Amino acid sequence: MIQLLSNCVIPLMVLLVVGYGIYKKIDIYDVFIEGAKESFGMMLSLFPCLLGMILGINIFVQSGLLTTIIDWMNPLFHFLNLPSEIVPMAILRPISGSSTLALLNNVLMNYGPDSFIGRLASVIQGSTDTTFYIITLYFGSIGIKKIKHALWAGLFADLIGIIASIVVVSIFFGR
Amino acid sequence: MVNKIWGFFIISGICFCFITGKLELLNKQILDSTKQSFDMIIQIFPVMALWMGIMNIATVSGLLKKMAYRLSPFLTKLFPEIPKGHESLSYIASNIIVNLFGLGNAATPFGLKAMKSLQAINPKKDTASCSMVTFLVLNTSGMTIVPTTIISLRMLHKSVNPTEIVFPCILATLCATIAGLLLDRILARRYYH
Repeated sequence: MIQLLSNCVIPLMVLLVVGYGIYKKIDIYDVFIEGAKESFGMMLSLFPCLLGMILGINIFVQSGLLTTIIDWMNPLFHFLNLPSEIVPMAILRPISGSSTLALLNNVLMNYGPDSFIGRLASVIQGSTDTTFYIITLYFGSIGIKKIKHALWAGLFADLIGIIASIVVVSIFFGR
Repeated sequence: MVNKIWGFFIISGICFCFITGKLELLNKQILDSTKQSFDMIIQIFPVMALWMGIMNIATVSGLLKKMAYRLSPFLTKLFPEIPKGHESLSYIASNIIVNLFGLGNAATPFGLKAMKSLQAINPKKDTASCSMVTFLVLNTSGMTIVPTTIISLRMLHKSVNPTEIVFPCILATLCATIAGLLLDRILARRYYH
């Protein structure tokens, strides 16, 4: 049901917009081309930002520094009753979407999608987003340099999302 | 802020690679970044061009303005800075709607358009306006009703009920969004008073 609704959104949007354009008697095709041209400028200003962010994140994530730190702190997570597979995912989630997706894939493979860890990892992946990527993309495209408290609020939302995931999954499915 | 974090990522990562002797990997990572970012741009670009075209029809025909007017009672509460009926409100609305349905790729162009029109009414061009930060928080808290990627991944691993995580996801997202917006409100006040 939700899947079906989801599949209808884009076609319906296109239909509505084009239909309304015809109704208002504008040159829809020319206007479309004109709008699409605008994307070139946006992409050009976006590329350096993406390149910079990916470079920094790649070096940081792939160096293994983070996983080493997490390994050191493992006893603490054990004490807090957090599954050690979840911690790297939670920490990496705001930084890198593709590497957490890879981690989720590992968890689902090793523990099964219907285990506590499998469900928790799925909910964490689904309830938060890659804050760094969005900040780079959105602020980079318009040349904003001072981002004020955007990063803190974004990371705070991620943290609460992860905590909420643990609580909700524990309540819904039990441990 | 971003400058410091970027510096930290690079310096700590490279130093750690020197300590552990993973120089080969480091070389590969540095060069791979160029390819990865290029691939990403190539992936986003056509989707972007498509939606910018469609959006332009909506703008010129006046549909966008009409939509913004309808939705403004709700959105002006979240974004008190934006003048009523401003086009950015309709871009924000489109971004939210498409995001809710889990179509992140299609949502990005609307988000970027929203940022661009927010920038037009931003008095300080190099500093984020409060509305921009609020809009960003809405996006980073990852609100979705249908997390499409995760459902398909769970199906791939033969889950008995791949969609059972949908409702927990909505609850957790809601908590994250509310928390993010609250902190945004508190911190925004500090910047202005």
